[in-house]
Amino acid sequence: MSWHNTPIALMAKALAAKEVSSTELTQYFLDRIEAGKQWNAYLDVNAHLSLEQANKADQLISSGKAGKLTGIPVAHKDVFVTRGWKSTAASKILAGYQSPFDATVVANLGIPDDHNPHGAGMVCLGKTNMDEFAMGSSNENSAFGPVLNPWNAAHVAGGSSGGSAAAVAAGLAPIATGTDTGGSIRQPAAFCGLTGIKPSYGRVSRYGMIAYASSLDQAGPMGKTAEDCALLLSAMSSHDPRDSTSLADSGEDYGRYLNQHWKEENVNSAKPLEGLRIGLPKEFFAEGLAGDVAKSVNEAAKLLENLGATLVEVSLPKTKLSIPVYYVLAPAEASSNLSRFDGVRYGYRANEYRDLNDMYAKSRTEGFGTEVKRRIMIGTYVLCHGYYDAYYLQAQKIRRIIAADFQAAFSQCDVILGPVAPDVAWRLGEKSKDPVQMYLEDIYTLSTNLAGLPAMSVPCGFNAINLPIGMQLIGNYFSEARLLQVAHQYQQASDWHLRLASEVA
Amino acid sequence: MKLDDVQRIAHLSRLELSQAEAEAVLPQLQAIFSLVEEMQAVDTSGLEPLAHPILFLRDLAQPMRVDQVTESDHRAENMKSAPAQHDGYFLVPKVIE
Repeated sequence: MSWHNTPIALMAKALAAKEVSSTELTQYFLDRIEAGKQWNAYLDVNAHLSLEQANKADQLISSGKAGKLTGIPVAHKDVFVTRGWKSTAASKILAGYQSPFDATVVANLGIPDDHNPHGAGMVCLGKTNMDEFAMGSSNENSAFGPVLNPWNAAHVAGGSSGGSAAAVAAGLAPIATGTDTGGSIRQPAAFCGLTGIKPSYGRVSRYGMIAYASSLDQAGPMGKTAEDCALLLSAMSSHDPRDSTSLADSGEDYGRYLNQHWKEENVNSAKPLEGLRIGLPKEFFAEGLAGDVAKSVNEAAKLLENLGATLVEVSLPKTKLSIPVYYVLAPAEASSNLSRFDGVRYGYRANEYRDLNDMYAKSRTEGFGTEVKRRIMIGTYVLCHGYYDAYYLQAQKIRRIIAADFQAAFSQCDVILGPVAPDVAWRLGEKSKDPVQMYLEDIYTLSTNLAGLPAMSVPCGFNAINLPIGMQLIGNYFSEARLLQVAHQYQQASDWHLRLASEVA
Repeated sequence: MKLDDVQRIAHLSRLELSQAEAEAVLPQLQAIFSLVEEMQAVDTSGLEPLAHPILFLRDLAQPMRVDQVTESDHRAENMKSAPAQHDGYFLVPKVIE
């Protein structure tokens, strides 16, 4: 059985029917991880710990205490602190760090015990590579080397959740967690041919998620299908008193609309999406969008139209400005969040220093990578006395306009459709010399983080050299279940999400 | 932004840059800030800054919890990753002579 081609929705059925054990599944993926090291998708794997968890999952299954996801393996982005595995955020400053506690996402998905009675019973396969502290769009900023794209090893996997994307695309995990501060779930999902969703801000707890930009960071699932993402998101999302921005109304069944018609009154229609209005923002199809990406997204729009949706043009006039707004606010928050790395309580400490201040500076200088230092400096600058109003406050005011523009668009449509990124995965090294060029690649994903809206990436085609193309669906606040419904209906009528990279099959 | 600014913000960030590193990062920061300057053309008079995205949608009360001890003693586990320690305390270079 080729379990790496199997969606977790089917894996769950096989486990429930005792056709396979969690131990067998876990060993299957551990073997593939061992044989698939060339992608550099994982930063830490511990077969003993994974198999111990699988054994506990099998006991839960045999004693009739299993939940929907019990026994299914999952890979965690290294931004989530995880007991037992190293937690480094792909930074030298946290190399070897062992967390004394589990992130809420890890606990929610993990094996239940006395301290964690509601764990979903999934088995951790290990920690996936990423851009250092989630800062990057290509996974080339990892202190432990770039991730290679399973569709073409000369190309990037995308970032910052590139390790999670490559792990699932290469069949080294059936599903993975990611985080998205400016596109870090959606863009690598698009580059590797996966489905991924960034939920509304506050849906998933940030407790134990190593912070980059706290008002933008959100965690979500990256998998093969919308149905799989709905299953994982339902288990990840909860109200968490340990995160003050976690929303009280977070936990819900995000898969409840998957197989329903968009409108209940159209239940007898042959077209499941009848009544759905899809908005195409004209700014998302303007100059800068690669022709083959535009073509695939337009074809996806046509398919959705065939399923009953109506297409309307909408406008998000501040799309271009989302880049400077994001690259002021995210570094500002990062410069504050990363001040905790001082070489005192945990993490890297320089070997030689004169005094306390020198120890801070040398530890940070030797521990952080180039892009992280650049963003800390940008953030420090925009928060300086004399610049604060012109940069930081101005950015937060434009952020309000961006959020309002979305509401104007949603008065004309239910869901927004566009590309995830201007192009497919670029070649390794192609953009790493010029930070601004890399930042411009985030143009279609940043605004949803600024507004706190849910958005997802769905495979919708390939370019001439067989690199995957993703479309982006953006919904209004808390409409994740509806976004997943649209994506699921699209996936019932298309097979882009089922394609496998030739080196993986 | 000038070379002096780069060294000043590096110092404020507790980062050290050699002269060569500062000269290399200066044009990159200048390019980023010329992008950032595009924000100045937007009229934002009368607008409140938006710090938390959900505040755009609805007022959120500051969550409160009962003031009670929920954690047990994890000192040994918490000290495990300390770069230097002594008798359960973090060790740092001498601050007061």
